[in-house]
Amino acid sequence: MIAMDKVLEIVNITKEFPGVKALKGVSFDIRRGEVHALVGENGAGKSTLMKILSGVYTPTTGEIRLDGKEVIFQDPKQAQQLGVSIIHQEFSLIPYLSGVDNIFLGREKRKSNGLLDRRKMRKEAEEVMKRLNADIDLNKPVAHLSVANQQFIEIAKAIAIDTKVLIFDEPTASLTGKEIDKLFELIEKLKADGVTIIYISHHLDEILKMCDRMTCLRDGEWVGTREIKNVTKQDIVKMMVGREIVNAFPDKPSHHGKEEMLLEVKKLSNKSITDIQFSLKKGEIIGIAGLVGSGRTETVRALIGADPAKEREVYINQKKVDIKNPTDALAHGIALIPESRKTQGLVLNMTIKNNISLPILKDLKGFFGVINKEKEDSVINQSIKDLLIKTPSSKQMVKNLSGGNQQKVVLAKWLNTDCKILIFDEPTRGIDIGAKEEIYKLMRSLADKGLSIIMISSELPEILGMSDRVLVMHKGKIKAEIDGRIADSEKVMHYATGGVSE
Amino acid sequence: MNDVNVQKLSYQTKGFNVKETFKTPEMLTLLGFFVLCAFFSFSTAQFLTGENISNIVRQVSINGILAVGMTFVILTGGIDLSVGSVMAFTGTIMVGLMINMGMPPIAAVLLGIVLGAVLGYINGLFIAHARIPAIIVTLAMMEVARGAALLYTGGYPLSGVSKSYAFIGRGYLFGVIPMPAVIMILVFIAAYIILNHLPIGRYIYAIGGNEEAVRLSGVKVKKIKIFVYLVSGITAAISGLIMTSRLSSGQPMAGEGYELDAIAAVVLGGTSISGGRGHIFGTILGALLLGVLSNGLNLMGVSPYVQRVLKGAIIVAAIYYSSFRQKD
Repeated sequence: MIAMDKVLEIVNITKEFPGVKALKGVSFDIRRGEVHALVGENGAGKSTLMKILSGVYTPTTGEIRLDGKEVIFQDPKQAQQLGVSIIHQEFSLIPYLSGVDNIFLGREKRKSNGLLDRRKMRKEAEEVMKRLNADIDLNKPVAHLSVANQQFIEIAKAIAIDTKVLIFDEPTASLTGKEIDKLFELIEKLKADGVTIIYISHHLDEILKMCDRMTCLRDGEWVGTREIKNVTKQDIVKMMVGREIVNAFPDKPSHHGKEEMLLEVKKLSNKSITDIQFSLKKGEIIGIAGLVGSGRTETVRALIGADPAKEREVYINQKKVDIKNPTDALAHGIALIPESRKTQGLVLNMTIKNNISLPILKDLKGFFGVINKEKEDSVINQSIKDLLIKTPSSKQMVKNLSGGNQQKVVLAKWLNTDCKILIFDEPTRGIDIGAKEEIYKLMRSLADKGLSIIMISSELPEILGMSDRVLVMHKGKIKAEIDGRIADSEKVMHYATGGVSE
Repeated sequence: MNDVNVQKLSYQTKGFNVKETFKTPEMLTLLGFFVLCAFFSFSTAQFLTGENISNIVRQVSINGILAVGMTFVILTGGIDLSVGSVMAFTGTIMVGLMINMGMPPIAAVLLGIVLGAVLGYINGLFIAHARIPAIIVTLAMMEVARGAALLYTGGYPLSGVSKSYAFIGRGYLFGVIPMPAVIMILVFIAAYIILNHLPIGRYIYAIGGNEEAVRLSGVKVKKIKIFVYLVSGITAAISGLIMTSRLSSGQPMAGEGYELDAIAAVVLGGTSISGGRGHIFGTILGALLLGVLSNGLNLMGVSPYVQRVLKGAIIVAAIYYSSFRQKD
């Protein structure tokens, strides 16, 4: 059988960094033309292994065999030339170059006189796009293309150099439902063309749908390689965490005793959102669902004054409040825990301590406005303990923490302010199941303590599992409000895709 | 990857590691400083004399004080090219107020410093509110302040300052410590306290690391950005004070190219040019190193043209070496 032919063999790979083994003798193989999923929690060693396969790292011991021959990749370029390419989560395109120029970056075709042969490059690029069944304007600077189309250009770049193995790292992280379907069609097509695909994802549904086999890593060790048709979601989760997770979501309170209104947004609009109106009760969690670009993040950013608003009429405890910027929002007890930890939530090059104390430094002032470092340390150490942040010390740089721990640092930052309204924008993006569960529990316990939470999420199970009430957005408007106890994925998706009330 | 790094760090924090310590850019500058001092002590007879050392300290003070303001600016990820011109302009104004208008030195100095602060504030206003890149705004200010100094003086030096004014640049505290050094030390102490013990210092570092995260933390980022340029204006005016009192005159063309020396001191001291990382001690070391270098080369009779080439080469080599080591 052709399917049994091994294209890539990973033999006893070990990777040591000073003081730690990131990979401990990992062996498995990838069959030609299969879609092979690689799963594992953050820190399991997936990224390290992919960096070895794509030539970024060299393994400490062990070997990689490509088509049965041992290969040593000195750098990513060599890996690409030998036929292994990776599509990173963050694309490596040059924003102001056109699609054609990006596809041929570093290996431009030239005419005999040394000048660029644009016509030839365009023709080849168009052929590749045809092969991918994609209709994208290759003359536009890629910055003007949608994220999904940028990803296609990135894939085209790899395909144009006849890649044998294509690694996808969390390819659906910033795609909408339709775009994901299109990507899956493309993956099927590549597979039919004989390209082998390694697929890294946190989304187990995608893996069950798309992949032929899967390999799981845990703590740098190989846990197992299985045929997808022989496993269930529960099995994969069990392999990843080494135990069974029954239900990630804490129980919702059956009914709210007090129906005390905390926040009322009567009018909110700007260039991306229109007629936003909603309310939030004390101790309530509301979920805002919608597709990427439906205006969810724009809504909360306008609410806290991070973006300008045309109209902004907001009441807290029945009193009208004037919020012009995030400083005002904070003063009124509203905090936004932003979507992107790295670009909006954290200063990566600072310590855990300095990040957590950023919004509360004003309250830590002692004599002559000098920061009271003893008080600061005690607050920070308490936070680290309360939120179970895994770190040797509060002086650790946050860039060295895992996604889950980074997210906890962001949370700690806001929990120390006495904010009554917490807005979580994609609170569990890119973090592993164990850490997700902890964050869900924390959110519910905060709500039980009387805080109110607005949660934006692209993950339907999260919206359904956590929300007391669900708001569904579409094209900058709130399309529906659904009771969290009766909401289901069909209803939410119906409105999120522009459906009207039945 | 997370667990990897956590373990790696706990491993490093176990004890004092000599190799690790010397990897920090400040330590490298310190090492370079001592090597240079040793070299010049052996190769020239005059280097290690009391007179020469006090000379070096006086020479270093002007650049050292400019570099303090520059450290504030660079930590936020900005740059201030106007400091040399602002120094000349505020200096000539101080002298002018005294000799043309008969103001007492204290009043003239205070007004000069206020002028420096205002010029810095204007820089900050355009950078923070109009969002014009710092390099453009301060380049324009460099021209404006230089032009203003030339206009004010008519292009000629203003001379005839009083003895008490000249004391600031030429006098000694307790008969031994040159006054410029005293002022420089006071400026360093103030900067140290602001950067390490006041909330605003933390914000300055944080803005250089990730401005958006700081803004969403409810901090008024624009105010802080204006503040750093204001500080830079003030330190430029203080340098102008020392410069004019040392020369006993206000020279409109003084301080040309000083902005580059100040940037060099900051960067040699290990502060990242893109902001967020660095230390005021590094800046002191950077300024001292540059001062010792030019003093020693002068003593050895090396031509000033060669000195400039050497200085450029040393700056690039030092930065290259430290960034190379940091990547490890």
